[in-house]
Parts: sequence; structure tokens; C-alpha cells
Amino acid sequence: MISPIIAGKGISMRLGRGAGQVEALKGIDLSLYGGQLTLLMGPSGSGKTTLLSILGCMLCPTAGTIEVGGCDTIGARPEQLARIRRGQIGFVFQRYRLLPTLSALDNVRLALDVRGDHSRHATEKASATLDGFGLSHRRNAYPHELSGGEQQRVAIARAIVADPAALLADEPTGALDGDSGHGVMTVLARVARDPSRAVLVVTHDPRIVPFADRIVHIEDGCITGDESSLDRALRPAVAASCYA
Amino acid sequence: MPLVVKLACRNLVQDRLRFVATVVGIVFSIVLVTVQLGLYLGFERTVTTMIRHAHADLWVVPRGTKCFEDPSLLDERKRAAALAVGGVADAVPLLIGFAEWSVTGGGTTPVFVIGSTLGAGGLRPWNIVVGSIGALAGAHAVAADKTYFDRLGVTGLGDTVAIRGDKAHIAAVTDGIRSFTTTPYIFTTLDRARAYTGIPPGRVSYFLVHLAPGADTDTVRRQLAAKLPSAEVLTPAQFSARSRSFWLFGTGAGAALIAGALLGVIVGTVIVAQTLYSSTKDHLNEFATLRAIGAAAGYVNQAIVCQALVSAVIGFLFAACISAVAVEVTKDSALPILMTPELTLGLFVLTVSMCIISAFAAIVQVIRIDPMRVFMS
Ligand SMILES: Nc1ncnc2c1ncn2[C@@H]1O[C@H](COP(=O)(O)OP(=O)(O)OP(=O)(O)O)[C@@H](O)[C@H]1O
Ligand SMILES: [Mg+2]
Repeated sequence: MISPIIAGKGISMRLGRGAGQVEALKGIDLSLYGGQLTLLMGPSGSGKTTLLSILGCMLCPTAGTIEVGGCDTIGARPEQLARIRRGQIGFVFQRYRLLPTLSALDNVRLALDVRGDHSRHATEKASATLDGFGLSHRRNAYPHELSGGEQQRVAIARAIVADPAALLADEPTGALDGDSGHGVMTVLARVARDPSRAVLVVTHDPRIVPFADRIVHIEDGCITGDESSLDRALRPAVAASCYA
Repeated sequence: MPLVVKLACRNLVQDRLRFVATVVGIVFSIVLVTVQLGLYLGFERTVTTMIRHAHADLWVVPRGTKCFEDPSLLDERKRAAALAVGGVADAVPLLIGFAEWSVTGGGTTPVFVIGSTLGAGGLRPWNIVVGSIGALAGAHAVAADKTYFDRLGVTGLGDTVAIRGDKAHIAAVTDGIRSFTTTPYIFTTLDRARAYTGIPPGRVSYFLVHLAPGADTDTVRRQLAAKLPSAEVLTPAQFSARSRSFWLFGTGAGAALIAGALLGVIVGTVIVAQTLYSSTKDHLNEFATLRAIGAAAGYVNQAIVCQALVSAVIGFLFAACISAVAVEVTKDSALPILMTPELTLGLFVLTVSMCIISAFAAIVQVIRIDPMRVFMS
């Protein structure tokens, strides 16, 4: 049986206050498994980002439970959530969110630095990760000197350099043209091949569907579809764990 | 360089104008504090110059004396009583007072006359550049400081003038014996000083007590005090403290200097706090990203405190250079700005604490940050 890396059960989320309050998520069950690239698709305002941030321990849901690596995160305080993110989760954002004053290499190194690794080894690891994404020649470039696709690949390098158990990407190709988007998805699909790592990609973009092992549809805060297009060999094990 | 320091420096330099404004703010504030405190120290030092140069072990002063320049007088016959106390090697009389110096071209200017024995136990002029102490034994001989020559209407050694109608002849010239009251000091013998100041015979200003080898200062002080009920017996430190508190706090000058320094600290803190706050506001997205990728609050705070520290160190270096110039320029003035290693160290600590306190508002802002803003486009 394969146990999920992140398991969310009965997740509900109310956002806003008073008359503007929105029921963004309505009792969602969603688990992410290692070695899988899961696409989360749905119309604008359907709750994708909200769900991703709850699974990524950035937000606490109004109801439901989240287990990351088998540990319950409900009731954790912001500092404890930050520790869980630090230990288990990598994020990729639509707007890259690289630090403009640091070089590509330093941006990647930063992810290790916030984890307390200030060693020379950290620099080597960051460098090797960039190299792996075909960015060896752009190491010393600053974000504004990089193309959108390059920036997003640096951001992915930053997200995985510390070997998180889960990589969560919110519209990673949203700001990119077709070719760059394809390059970024290729990289993400490769990252997802590691059986110990789950990848969740929130998207609007139907062109990236072929990269998915699994596609989850969300509408108005509810999951409306969950198709596994994953490797046949894995399917029985995952199915078994869902029924466990 | 640790990454967090690099990040802090880059954030600072990114907005050059603001960084310059921060540093200028720190520099102004620290220079202001330095000048005020330096003047305070200089003032403290200047008002006790005479006490320091008298090298007495104890001072016998008229009861209620407030400072060295105090015009109260003692009965000279008390000297015998003082000498009778065990452990007292000598009690040298000292006479001080204001007198009128007739300027050669007409008119008068006040001077402060110090009359003392020319022997080792007295208060003799120092820093003599022309002439000698021995020459002061000659008829009508006085010593004057060359800084005041213009005011005194003299040109140098050998000039003859009149003090309170009596002849005075410049037999020694000193350099740098300046008074914070700007009244020139004139050194001479005890008798001549009596004539110049008009202090009646049998009266003196102080006794400079020198102890016999091995005598205990405190014991002698107590015995002297018992013997001389109309006088007070002070250690040089006590007399200095009295002079200081009279001139610095009796006149309000010290309070003004300290208030100025305090103002400098407040202005500096506000300026740094303001610029750090606005810089943090501008980099809020980056700090939110740091939080989103798992940075602890402490890590982000480190970045902000680092920015504050870098500003502090750079600001302090500039301020120290400017202050060094101010110290050099005022070195020979009536009121020199004094810098001591302790003051320099203290100012550095002050600069750093000022900047760290200033970081507080920025830190509060970052603690409240919502990492969710990283998802907004
Ligand atoms: N801070 C908030 N306060 C109130 N309502 C919010 C807040 N954030 C999101 N919402 C609402 O919650 C719902 C879900 O938002 P969410 O951002 O998760 O949607 P999404 O699927 O990511 O949309 P998009 O595709 O446009 O990014 C939306 O109706 C949105 O308006
Ligand atoms: Mg969204």
C-alpha cells in the first residue's frame, strides 16, 4: 500500500468576513502521492489556489484535517506551519517570486539558507540543481536578466533543492508563452518521477494535460472529477490505499 | 558573506537615495550627539583644569565653596593648625581672584589671577613656551597665555602693563592654558596676587595639602576637617565634582548639552525607523516569499536587523570621521570637544542600539505579513 505524502480530508474553507464571506472549499478530500504529477483544474474562483495553500500548510482550513508525511497539521501555529513548509514542501508561483537583488544561484541557495544550511555544500547543491535544469550558464544572472521560462525554472530549482516531499505549483505556466511553458512542464514532470515526491500543479492550461499522471477537477469548492491517467503499474496500489 | 547579510545589503543599496538618506540621518544624529557629549566632556575637563594641575592630595576650601573660581576666603592663620595634623607634609596657600588688566592702548579687561608659591607644592603655570617659572620670582613678574595676547594688548615676553594700578611684567608665556569663561589666567606669586586682586592680608583662597609619605588620605581628611570647622576638606575628585556640578548643572549648561544629545538620539531613531519601515514595506513581497518558502520569522527579522546594522556601521564611520575633524578644530578653543575611547565605544553602541530599536516597527510589520500574498499576481 502506498501512503499519501499529503492527505487532506473534509477540507472546508470560508474566506472573507460578513457579507463578503465566501465558502471557497466545501468538504474536499484530496491526497497527493509520491511519483505522481497531479493537475488541479477548474474555472477561475473555483478554489484551486485556496486548496493548494491549505495542502501546502500556508493556510489553515476552517474544517477538515491535513496530514503531511503522516503528521497532523491541524491547530499548528504560523511558526509551526513554517517549519512544516521548510521541512516538506516546495512552492512554485505564477509570478516566479525570485528575489530581484539576488543572482539565480543565490535564489536557489536561499532555500537551503532558510533551512539553516549555510555551508559550501549548499552552494554546490544549488549549483548542481540549476545545472540539472539546463541553467548552468545563467547561474550568475539576476532575475531581470532571465526570460520568464528561465525564471520559472530557477524557481523550480529553488523549490526542490532542499528535497521536499511535495512540490506545489500555482499556475506555473500562467505567465509564460507556449514553448517556455512546455519547458517548465517538462522539468516538473521530471521532478515528479521521483517516487518519494508528490507534485501538484494548479492550471487553467489544457496544453499541459499530457504531463499529468492524474487530473483533479474542482468547481465551486467541490471536487467534480478525479481521473487517474497514471502509470498502470501504480494504479492498483493507489486505489488500494484509497479504500484502506 | 552569509546570504542573509547579502540580501540585507542588496536591499539597502537597491534604493540608493533612501540608503543615503538613512546614512545622512544617522550621521547627523550621531555627530550631534558626539558634539554635545564631547562638549560636555570638554567642559567637565576645562572646569577642573586648575584642580588637576595643582596636584594637591587634599584641598582645604572655605565652607560652602561651589567651584574653583568661588571668591570665598580662608583665614591664613589656619595654616598652622593644618600643618599640626599628623600626616600633613605641607599646606600651601593659594590665592585667586579677578583683577583689572589695563590694556596698553587704553581700556581694561578682566583677568583671573592665580597666586601661589613657585615651589613644587604650589599651583604653577604649565606648558611654558617662553621664559621660566624661576623668572616669576623677579619683580612684578607674571605669566600669561599667548592665546590671550591680543586681548591683553601685549606682544610677548618683557612687555610691561598694569594690573589694578600695579606694574606687571610678562616673565613667562604659556600655551593652551585657556579658561572656559574666556577670562585670561594670570599666574604670579602669592604676595603679588594679593596686591593685584586687593585681597586683604591674612586671607587666602585655599590650602593645597600635601600628605607625608604613607599617610592615609581619608584619615588625614577627617582630622583636618575636625581641626578646621570653618573650612571644608575635599579630595581633588570631590572638588572637581563640585566644580563640575556647579558649572554644568548650576548654570544649566550641562542640562542643555545633555538635552541636545538626547534630541540627537531621538531624531536619529525616528529617521532610521522611518526609512527602515518604508524599505521593508517596499520589500514586503520578498519577505512574504521568504516566509512562504519556509523561512522562520527569526530569519526574516535577521534580514531586517542586518539592514539596520549595516546602516549603523556605515553611519557611525562617517560620523566618527566628522567628529574627529570637529575634535581637531576645537582642540585649541576655550571649549574643546573631547573624545575618549569610552565615548567612542559608547557612541558606537548607541548607534547600533538606535538602529536596532528602529528596526522594531519594520519587524512588527513583517511578523504580521500574510504569506498568501505570494499567490496574488
Ligand atoms: N482573502 C479572501 N477573502 C475573501 N474571499 C477570497 C479571498 N481569497 C479568495 N477568495 C475567494 O475564494 C474563492 C476561491 O479563490 P481561489 O483564489 O482559491 O480561486 P482560484 O481557483 O485559484 O481562482 P483563479 O483561477 O482565478 O486563480 C474565490 O471566490 C475568491 O473570490
Ligand atoms: Mg488561483
